Parts: sequence; C-alpha cells; structure tokens
Amino acid sequence: MSADDNSGHELEPFGDEPIPDPGLPEHLPRPTDVDPEAEKRAERQVATLFGLSSLFAVLFCVSYFVFDIGDETDEFLGMGASNVFLGTCLGLALLCIGIGAIQWSRKLMSDHEIVEYRHSASSPEEDRVEAVAALEEGIADSGIGRRPLVRNSLIGAMAFLGLPAIVALRDLGPLPGDSLAHTVWKKGMRVVQDVDGAKIKPADMVIGQLVNAEPEVFFETDSEGHHLYEGAELQAEKAKAAVILVRMHPDDITPVDGRENWGVDGILCYSKICTHVGCPISLWEQQTHHLLCPCHQSTFDLADNGKVIFGPAARHLPQLPLAVDAEGYLIATSDFTEPVGPSYWERDRSDLT
Amino acid sequence: MRLTRKISARLSTGRRSRFAAPAVLLIALLTVGGVVAVISPASSAKTEDDAATIAKGRDLFLVGCASCHGMNGEGIVTKRGNQYGPPLAGVGAAAVDFQVGTGRMPMAQPGAQALRKDPLYNDEEIAALGAFVQSLGPGPAVPTDEELDIAGATTEEIVRGGQFFRTNCTACHNFAGSGGALPKGKFAPSLVGVSAKHMYEAMVTGPQQMPVFSNNVLSPQDKREIIAYLKSQEEAPSYGGFTLGSIGPVAEGLFAWLGVGVLVGGGIWICSQTARSKKNSKKGDAA
Repeated sequence: MSADDNSGHELEPFGDEPIPDPGLPEHLPRPTDVDPEAEKRAERQVATLFGLSSLFAVLFCVSYFVFDIGDETDEFLGMGASNVFLGTCLGLALLCIGIGAIQWSRKLMSDHEIVEYRHSASSPEEDRVEAVAALEEGIADSGIGRRPLVRNSLIGAMAFLGLPAIVALRDLGPLPGDSLAHTVWKKGMRVVQDVDGAKIKPADMVIGQLVNAEPEVFFETDSEGHHLYEGAELQAEKAKAAVILVRMHPDDITPVDGRENWGVDGILCYSKICTHVGCPISLWEQQTHHLLCPCHQSTFDLADNGKVIFGPAARHLPQLPLAVDAEGYLIATSDFTEPVGPSYWERDRSDLT
Repeated sequence: MRLTRKISARLSTGRRSRFAAPAVLLIALLTVGGVVAVISPASSAKTEDDAATIAKGRDLFLVGCASCHGMNGEGIVTKRGNQYGPPLAGVGAAAVDFQVGTGRMPMAQPGAQALRKDPLYNDEEIAALGAFVQSLGPGPAVPTDEELDIAGATTEEIVRGGQFFRTNCTACHNFAGSGGALPKGKFAPSLVGVSAKHMYEAMVTGPQQMPVFSNNVLSPQDKREIIAYLKSQEEAPSYGGFTLGSIGPVAEGLFAWLGVGVLVGGGIWICSQTARSKKNSKKGDAA
C-alpha cells in the first residue's frame, strides 16, 4: 500500500495477514484550514499570547525595582511582595510563550499525516568493509608491531598520567589521627547550658528536666577577652562535645557495671550526637526516658545506659561521667570514655552487653 | 427648675402604677448588688481564707478528676503497674492551668496523648482546681502578667530567644514551631497561636512527654525571650511565599511531585485533543 493513500476503507485485503491494514483515517481539515476568518482569529490569538509574554517580562523588571527587600520588605497577602511578583511574572511570561507555540503549531502549522518507515540500524556492507580496511592500513602504517620501543613508551606515558590524579587525593587529608576519639571534655570541666553558659547545680534540675549543654570552655575567654575557641575550630569541637543533661528518678536508672557513680542524684549526661550518622538529638520523652533521633528514628533508652532500642544506630549513646565540684556545680570527671558520633573503620567494634 | 418639677410631677403621678413597686425593688436590688460586687474583691478576697477556693476546687476535683488521679490526687496505678493517672502532689497550679486551660484534661479517653480541645471549665473553676492541687504539695505557680510581658522585647532579646528556641525546642516542635511526630502515635503540638501563658506553663511543668525546663536553668527571662521570638515569628510575613504548613521537605516534596504530575497530565491532555472539531469536520465533508 502507498503511504499517501488515506482512504483506508477502500483497500483490498492482501497477502496472508489475518486482518487487513485499515490504513490511515480520513483526513479532515481543521476550521483554520477552510475558514480564513478562523485562520485570522488563530493568528491573533498566538500574537496576543506572545505579546502578553513580553508584557510579563517587562512587569518582572518593574517589580524587581519597585518592591523593597531586606529590612523594609514589602508584603503582599502576608508574603514577600518581591518574591511573589518576580515569580508570578516570570512564570506567566514563560507560560504564554508555551501556550502560544502550542496554539501556533496546532491551529496554523501543516496538519498532514506522515508515515516514516523503519530502516535497518547497521551500516551497508561496503561501508563496513571500507572501515576495516582503513583501520588495518593505519595499524600497518604506524608499525606498532614492529617498533616495540615506541609502543612500550606510550603505554608507560599513559600509566604515569594516573599519578597526578592519585597525588591530588592527598588534599582529602590530613588523616584525622586520634582526634575522632577525643573531645574537649576533661576532668573538672563544668557542664553549662548552651547559648548562655549558665552553670548548673543538681538542685536546679527537677525530675523530667532536659538541659542542652556544652563544656564551659566554649564560654571562657583569655586574658585579652578573646574566646578560647572561635570560628571553624569552635564548630568542629562543638560538633563532638555537645551533650544533653537529663534528670530521672534514680530508681528508674539501671547502670551497667562501672557506671554506678556516673550520675548525680539521677542526673545523667549523654552525647548529643547520634551514633548512626551524627545528627544532634534532643527529642527526649521524659516519661519513657527514650531519646529519638529525628533523622532515621534511632531510639536510645537513657535510663538504660543509652542502649539502642530501635532504628539503624549500631551502638549505644556515649555517656559522660558526672560529679559535683567544690562550689556545687555539675562537672565532668573525664572525657568521654569512647569516641562520640558515627562509627568509623578504626573504631573499637565492641558495644555494651 | 421647671424641668425637674415637671419630671417629679410625672414620676409622682406614676407612683401608684402597678409596675412602680417591682421597679423600685429591682433598682434597689441592683444598687445593693453592684455595691457588694465592687467592694467584696477588695475587702474579702484577702481576708476570706483561700480555704473556700480550695474547698471548691476539691469539690470540682472529686467530680471531674478523682476517677483517674485518686480521691486525694495520689494517682492510680493499674494492676499491670501502668500509671492510670499520675500523682498530682507537687505538679503545681501551673500544670493545672495548662492541662485544663487547653482542654487536654479531663481526657475524653485514655490514649497515646491527651489532645487539645475546648476547655470544659471556666477560668474561675480552673483557678479553684489549681488552688486545690497546689495545696497537695507546692509546685510551679501560674505565671504573673509581668513574667509574661513580652511587649517591650528588644531585637537582641528576640534573637537570643531564637537561639534558645533552636537549641531546646526545635528537636520536637520543628524549626518553625509547627510541631512534629514522636514515636507510637504521640506528637509535639504546633506552637502557632498558643498563648504566652500556656507556653510558659508547658516549659515550667513539662506536660506529658515534654521535658521540664525549670526556671533555675532556663530563667524566666530566657523563657520570655523564647516566647517573644515565637510571637514575632507569628507576625512576620512568609517572605518566600506559601509556607505549606512549615513542616519541611515532606509537604514541599509532595507539592513538587504533584506539580510534576499535573504537568504530565496537562501534556497528555493537549496531545489527546484534536484541533478538528466535529462540527467543522462536517463542514469539511460538505466542502
């Protein structure tokens, strides 16, 4: 059958196909094909849409300059006027071009059915023979088989090109050494509230209380009034040293051997860094004593040595041993006895039993 | 003078009316009652002992609370050892004002968490219940208006309140204070629209799973700054556009994927439509 035969119902059944090819449906003209009035109208519609797009583009520029941002932000329906109008104008400018283009193609561009036949994907036989011949001629001409010196030195050159890439990997270092295993906590350092550095006495905390705490060293200054830790170093140390203090009824707490005196009157101190991938966690349910990590739902029982009771975390939450100093404030009696935060290759794999 | 004489003359003509006696009685009663009402808070509230309020609170307690919290607020423990209603000695009037004032207590039924609803008691009854519970053992009192005064908060105080909020509250209540999920059907409620008094009381008393933030560590000034920050956030416009509830990537992702779906559907719809209408195809046939 021919491609441009569009009167399918007149076709003769042919060959041994069980169902005759119905061919293409009858071609019907669109209103714009037969009615010059409709064609003019469609033309005006498309031009109007493109014109609207230009208008919105100009309005975008106007709203960029008209609406204030920053301290004196203009508002529109409780939202920032600049954002709303910039987004709306740019969106409508793009949308109008899109609608106009679709209208143009559907109403005005040609509407004839086209048939495209599939062809074999492989190249013709003579092209393939020619390509293989050219390759073989090149191999013979370069003499790669006859000149081993050139060949071997080329292989060597390619191999040495890998060296710069490997040497550049050094920038990933230096290796952390044992810094993952230690924090700024040490014997006698006070546990103070985060943000304002308020010192804490055991009597200040009631049962069911949570305090987001930090080591006091982050709030200390040297003789010239500079903070001991600042900037990136402060953030790096805070990321390891952040803790939470919780107070529970002493009867609810079941310490493992060796941790009996790590708390003060039911006040316990745990690392705030989840042992799964290191999110800071302080979702503590005071009635169940469970601490939930919002990232992946790891749950730790703070009444039971911070053991994992749910979720992907593999290790218990490290606990900081507490005591009270001569002035009655809460202090740490040592650094954490194990690395805080997520596991890493060199880490001791053992967990509480 | 002529006017007053005229009025008195008219009044005296009406003195024998059958409405006169009840009208005079009503005016007299209103006057006496009004005077008593004006005088009594000043004179008797201090002198008259709080015992009356506590007694009233106890009466209300026995009717509405004792079935779970025990006749004397000692709490009830089930045979399995679960707490049916916790003991109330030492929870303080602030806890009562929060739990009853937000409608969480009395609970409609036992469940994962007491839900906020319209309060069942009026302010006076809540105060009486608070006085009774306070009499069981001293606890945090309802904060005074001065403790809740955030009208004069400076920008520095609001910024510091934001730091305290992000450190202590966002883990459960979300970065915008719009609440979040907790395990086993529990949740941290939204803080948007919660009164300053109830926020303060929640921090002091630690209702349900919420930890306590006592005044000795997180000072009343710190709490005021947190509340001032939250109230300033409520008033601030959302500069970026629709907040979608400020609950983070879930709502935003859902919106984005729905948008992608609408675009795909729109594309399919455009392709499935033909520009040749039936009416005009007939016209084409005719031509």
